[in-house]
Amino acid sequence: MDLSAIDPLVLLASLMVAATPIMLAGIGELVVEKSGVLNLGVEGMMITGAICGFAIAVETGSPALGFLAAAAGGAVLALVFGILTQFLLSNQVATGLALTLFGLGLSALIGQSYIGIKPPHFDPLDIPLLKDLPVLGPVLFRHDVIVYLALGLVVAVWWFLNRSRAGLVLRAIGENHDAAHALGYKVMRMRMLAIVFGGALAGLGGAYISLVRVPQWTEGMTAGAGWIALALVVFASWRPLRLALGAWLFGGITVLQLNLQAAGVAIPIQYLSMSPYIATILVLAFLSSRSGRAALDAPASLGKPFHASS
Amino acid sequence: MSDAPLLVVDGITRRYPGVVANDHVSFDVGRAEIHALLGENGAGKSTLVKIIYGLVQPDEGRMLLEGTPYAPAEPREARAAGIAMVFQHFSLFEALSVAENIALGMEDPPPMNALATRIREVSAAYGLPLDPMRLVGELSAGERQRVEIIRCLLQEPRLLIMDEPTSVLTPQEVEILFRTLRRLREEGRSILYISHKLEEIRALCDRATILRLGKVVASCDPRACSARELAEMMVGSSFTQPERTQRPFGDVVLEVKDLDLPAGSPFGTSLRNVSFKVRAGEILGIGGVAGNGQEELLAALSGERTTAAGAVRLDKEAIGRLPPNPRRARGLLSAPEERLGHAAAPDMTLTENAMMTGAVRRHLVERGFLRWQAARRFAEEIVQRFDVRTAGVEHVARSLSGGNLQKFVIGREILQAPRALVVNQPTWGVDAAAAAAIRQALIDLAEKGVAVVVISQDLDELLEISDSFAALNAGRLSEPRPTEGLGIDEIGLLMGGVHGAAPASRNGAGQEETV
Repeated sequence: MDLSAIDPLVLLASLMVAATPIMLAGIGELVVEKSGVLNLGVEGMMITGAICGFAIAVETGSPALGFLAAAAGGAVLALVFGILTQFLLSNQVATGLALTLFGLGLSALIGQSYIGIKPPHFDPLDIPLLKDLPVLGPVLFRHDVIVYLALGLVVAVWWFLNRSRAGLVLRAIGENHDAAHALGYKVMRMRMLAIVFGGALAGLGGAYISLVRVPQWTEGMTAGAGWIALALVVFASWRPLRLALGAWLFGGITVLQLNLQAAGVAIPIQYLSMSPYIATILVLAFLSSRSGRAALDAPASLGKPFHASS
Repeated sequence: MSDAPLLVVDGITRRYPGVVANDHVSFDVGRAEIHALLGENGAGKSTLVKIIYGLVQPDEGRMLLEGTPYAPAEPREARAAGIAMVFQHFSLFEALSVAENIALGMEDPPPMNALATRIREVSAAYGLPLDPMRLVGELSAGERQRVEIIRCLLQEPRLLIMDEPTSVLTPQEVEILFRTLRRLREEGRSILYISHKLEEIRALCDRATILRLGKVVASCDPRACSARELAEMMVGSSFTQPERTQRPFGDVVLEVKDLDLPAGSPFGTSLRNVSFKVRAGEILGIGGVAGNGQEELLAALSGERTTAAGAVRLDKEAIGRLPPNPRRARGLLSAPEERLGHAAAPDMTLTENAMMTGAVRRHLVERGFLRWQAARRFAEEIVQRFDVRTAGVEHVARSLSGGNLQKFVIGREILQAPRALVVNQPTWGVDAAAAAAIRQALIDLAEKGVAVVVISQDLDELLEISDSFAALNAGRLSEPRPTEGLGIDEIGLLMGGVHGAAPASRNGAGQEETV
């Protein structure tokens, strides 16, 4: 075992990268849940995004087009979820689970011919001056554009929810859809937009795994990242900035366990691989045990079907 | 032109599958007039005001606002035309602040800081103090209503629609509201006031239009009619008011002593030090504004939530730790407020619902097997004895109207021959005839020597049927006193005026005192 082989700067830099997929998917799901919809299909939308992005990037040679296609793929799958749950009033939990299973199967089918191929390389941004800063340079300023996009989206979502009129309406719909409807707001339209936005971000997050983090295609390669993103939303008490912190925490655990494995720590690898998921369970159990205050944070209409009958 | 009506409703008809909610309804609202819209549940009042507010489109008919055709396709248009509405339920967002709630009801809200300043100005001008930054979930029912009223006033409405505004207020809060409404009338605004509380309408309104089964059946000056005449116009027939009886009380059956219970939900209320005794044959009325611990008290008595063993005693036996079924076996029965989802399972049949609480005392279970025949007979007995209008006991609870389902859930407990019965809001949202029948049934039950606890926000109801009265306020119960000779002002003080006495008073309590 040689812990000195772990370079803290490299660790922090790769933490930023490891956090990006769950940060993207999490911030998307946060918006969806704030509008009162519980979409458990994040995993399915991520893996669909992963293969759509991978396939298009390989075919066109352009990672940027790949990311666009990934967002579109996730959004289309989310649209299916939206139509089923909002217009046909199907059960959100069951539909979300079905979406995950469907996404896993669909991505495996599309991905048949892409196994073992290398995608085009996605370069980090070249930020003059800043990247040459000591310590901060390698940790913060030598990443690709998607890392900064994820952070920018977190801030944008925070601003949207807390400072904009449309964000206030979205929160109101998630809080009490009957009241919002009575005031004349379009509950279904707002929810559909939120669902599609959430799907697009989950798709982006998935593509980040297949195009940057791994980068290659294997079946089921998101490996539960969608579920961690879902847990992250609860962990963050539905607050965007806290969600970013949570993503770094989970990203950190993931990276650390990989490094510990590499350093040959005398713990069975299986325990280390388990650790992000165990952390998720512990965090969720802890949060739900503080029942009073935590329950207040959740959007009150979360997961409840809305029908404008009266 | 000043005496031309502000709003004319002409031949409005709205049909739903199987029912005509509004059948050629015509009436008009004058300028600077408080106009009452009176009718029982299901008479079509709500549909009518939703049409005026643009939430529902009429199938036929037209409306004129100041002489020009008016057909709002959505609430936005109604608001732009100067029509505002204070809803009875469902229109505030508990997790949002007062200012955010108000911004949501406005067409073009100013930035938050400017809006907060205007809220403070308007609320001070109308004597309705309100802190724009507080979360609505922390406010009392009266304060919440202020949020809705100020939301409307900020838009300078010409017509303000109020849907059952006083159902959740203390008498003092009602007085404040009426003062505000009269002041609005002086400013030349019109108010369309929906209620089934007749005394209020007689005190406040200039004209009344009475709806029954979707049709306008009468129009009158409520100040010139008696409450009884108005009620009979609403119901379409005369009905008997329940009669109080003088009866001797027996031994103490149900005793609650120093009951403490933490709140069950984030916005719930903790019970503190609640004590009372109910004797055989006595009806104890527990008044108080919603959200002051009523649900928690019912849960503590029914056994849904357990407490210290000695906190609840039935016939001297300490039962505070027992869950609901053993309590039922001993004769303590209860009917909670929420009919759909708490008192009854909405998607199960009446037979199944009868089985659920009746299993123990009516022996509907034999060695672990359900006796469906017996349960069905029990359900049929309830339907027949309590005049529940339903097509049959195999229909689901959801299909019954509110009043009929309420008769069913109360009747279900009464027919199990309880030792003590606890009901919460037994006639909430129930039409006058059904309410009278339910109250009579409770009195009849007390006649048979049962101890009855009625928790209600309807003071008239409590004054009508209870022998002693106590009020819940912030989770504390006042000392029970004989109802006979108790004035409405005293009751009001018991219900709301003792805020200052609660040690953990909320931030806004001080403001309330200055009202």
